[in-house]
Amino acid sequence: MQALYAQLLVGLINGSFYALLSLGLAVIFGMLNIINFAHGALYMMGAFVAYFLLNLGGINYWWALLLAPIIVGIFGMILERTMLQWLTGLDHLYGLLLTFGIALIVQGVFQNYFGSSGLPYAIPDQLKGGMNLGFMFLPIYRGWVVVFSLVVCLATWFLIEKTQLGAYLRAATENPTLVRAFGINVPRMITLTYGLGVGLAALAGVLSAPINQVRPLMGADLIIVVFAVVVIGGMGSIMGSIITGFALGVIEGLTKYFYPEASNTVVFVLMVLVLLVKPTGLTGRAA
Amino acid sequence: MKTRSIASLLLTTALTFAAAGVASAQDKTVKIGALSDQSGLYADLGGPGSTLAAQMAVEDSGLVAKGWKIDIISGDHQNKPDIGTAIARQWFDVDKVDVIVDVPNSGVALAVNNVIKEKNGVYINSGAATSDLTNAQCSPNTVHWTYDTYMLAHTTGQALVKAGGDSWFFLTADYAFGAALERDTTAVVTANGGKIVGGVKHPLNTPDFSSFLLQAQASKAKIIGLANAGGDTTNTIKQAAEFGIVKGGQKLAALLLFLTDVKAIGLETAQGLNFTETFYWDMDDKTRAFSKRFSAKMKNSAPPTMVQAGVYAGVRHYLKALEALGGNPHDGVKIVEKMKSMPTEDDLFGKGEIQPNGRTIHNAYLFEVKKPSESKGPWDFYKLVGTVSGDQAFTPLSESKCALLKK
Repeated sequence: MQALYAQLLVGLINGSFYALLSLGLAVIFGMLNIINFAHGALYMMGAFVAYFLLNLGGINYWWALLLAPIIVGIFGMILERTMLQWLTGLDHLYGLLLTFGIALIVQGVFQNYFGSSGLPYAIPDQLKGGMNLGFMFLPIYRGWVVVFSLVVCLATWFLIEKTQLGAYLRAATENPTLVRAFGINVPRMITLTYGLGVGLAALAGVLSAPINQVRPLMGADLIIVVFAVVVIGGMGSIMGSIITGFALGVIEGLTKYFYPEASNTVVFVLMVLVLLVKPTGLTGRAA
Repeated sequence: MKTRSIASLLLTTALTFAAAGVASAQDKTVKIGALSDQSGLYADLGGPGSTLAAQMAVEDSGLVAKGWKIDIISGDHQNKPDIGTAIARQWFDVDKVDVIVDVPNSGVALAVNNVIKEKNGVYINSGAATSDLTNAQCSPNTVHWTYDTYMLAHTTGQALVKAGGDSWFFLTADYAFGAALERDTTAVVTANGGKIVGGVKHPLNTPDFSSFLLQAQASKAKIIGLANAGGDTTNTIKQAAEFGIVKGGQKLAALLLFLTDVKAIGLETAQGLNFTETFYWDMDDKTRAFSKRFSAKMKNSAPPTMVQAGVYAGVRHYLKALEALGGNPHDGVKIVEKMKSMPTEDDLFGKGEIQPNGRTIHNAYLFEVKKPSESKGPWDFYKLVGTVSGDQAFTPLSESKCALLKK
């Protein structure tokens, strides 16, 4: 039983990354209607920016949490301005192919210069060590990841669902022409939204840098699972993707305990089941 | 008129055949295929560095200056056996490749082994670990150069059991390599009076090991044996530190660890780990000289790993055998027999031999990862703690189940 608690907690930790990443994807899909396959590459860039800040600029983890999402977010906004915006109104497939191509190029460039086995990034001193919870030894850093990502997820949900700005955003996706008639600069808002989604990916990258290796393919390995999370949660649903992210982390954690061989397929089995029963995803509305 | 033209046709045909016969006896063309994981979790320990090693072997052989024409092509098997065999088939059927080198990932390596035997090519495997390549699944076309799971078990594994680590829990990569390494290590542990208290099989290329590490922690085993490699091993070691496993009194046995893995973990976390390799760049003047030339040509200036060194040494020996044969007979079995009949000697692995089952025998070295304070340069990671001679480290022929030995 004790082991089970431990596995639940570990699942929650992994769920934090799924939630942060799928949240960014949901924001981008919900507001821009783009299936952002570059999300994994941008997550990886977040981790690399943290690595560079530390090793080239001596800038620590805490500043990286703030700076990396901004830097990668700006990169994302440049992508949006120069490429993605031309795809408005076209079939989803075009956005998917473009972002997939961008992901391959970005990963290829990083791999060319840094190899595939990764670079070490130490846990910040303040979060080193762990505490004994009785049923498990919880590294403090992992606890921090859960709490911090939960706060960020809820804040994002609040921003989009409960504030004036969020209301403009949602209105702009429904009817951009009408919102523009009210004097709101819709293209700029779309760009900023893409930047926000990308920033969330980069933030997840910084959070994962001390746990995983900072590797060019770290995002490619994760992004497929995250897409499954988004599909299960319902494309474009903010709360849906947060809850599904955490829930799937837990389910995956339990699989690792009861039948580890299936741990990298369980998410996809669930996705198939959900699609069969409810094709719009658990919280999605019919288009 | 008609008779004459038929006669001339026959004459031309005969001449063509004669010319072809002469050409094959003195054929000095060779095509080498470097098949590896070019972008995944094993790409740094093999990958583009292995292709470079093969190129350097060709340059250093001096055969090009003697009129030989040697080409190298490379392929990415993406750690998938079906892709690996498809590339191998195409290389033999279309590209007329003579020899396939490297091939890390035991699953792919065993699959490709069958193709090469069928096509009568030459297989110089450096990257794969499974001892089955020269044991139950041995082939007259195969030379397994650098290391194998039997050697890893009988060096690192044995040393740890003898030092008191008598209860083991395995974290095993769920494919041919992990299974072979767990099997060979289990044999050593039980033979030395230790016991296996449990284990868990994880999928290849797992980013998060915390669930598995918690199970290992709960097992209370003295030794947690890592029957995995590359990115999987680095993630396990790094996350084990996070969960306080080593501080809690359990010891990690990195059964297979490469130079690039230590770089990725960082000395702070990796220090004190014991493991075995058959090559390290900083062994003597010869290895240092080679590594300097090698890293100058690498994009990230990395020195060679033992896998890449094995590709170099294997290709050198292959080319020596061809030179001794006076040309390329394009007959895999014949070339491998020649390779086995000649003692091996090169700057990287020293003196050795290839046994009848295809296993190359050379020294194995027990290393310990240096403390950060002991490291003097960006790749100065290892401290030599012991040397095991080749006949002690690798499968004795009396224990080998290879069918080639029954002749």
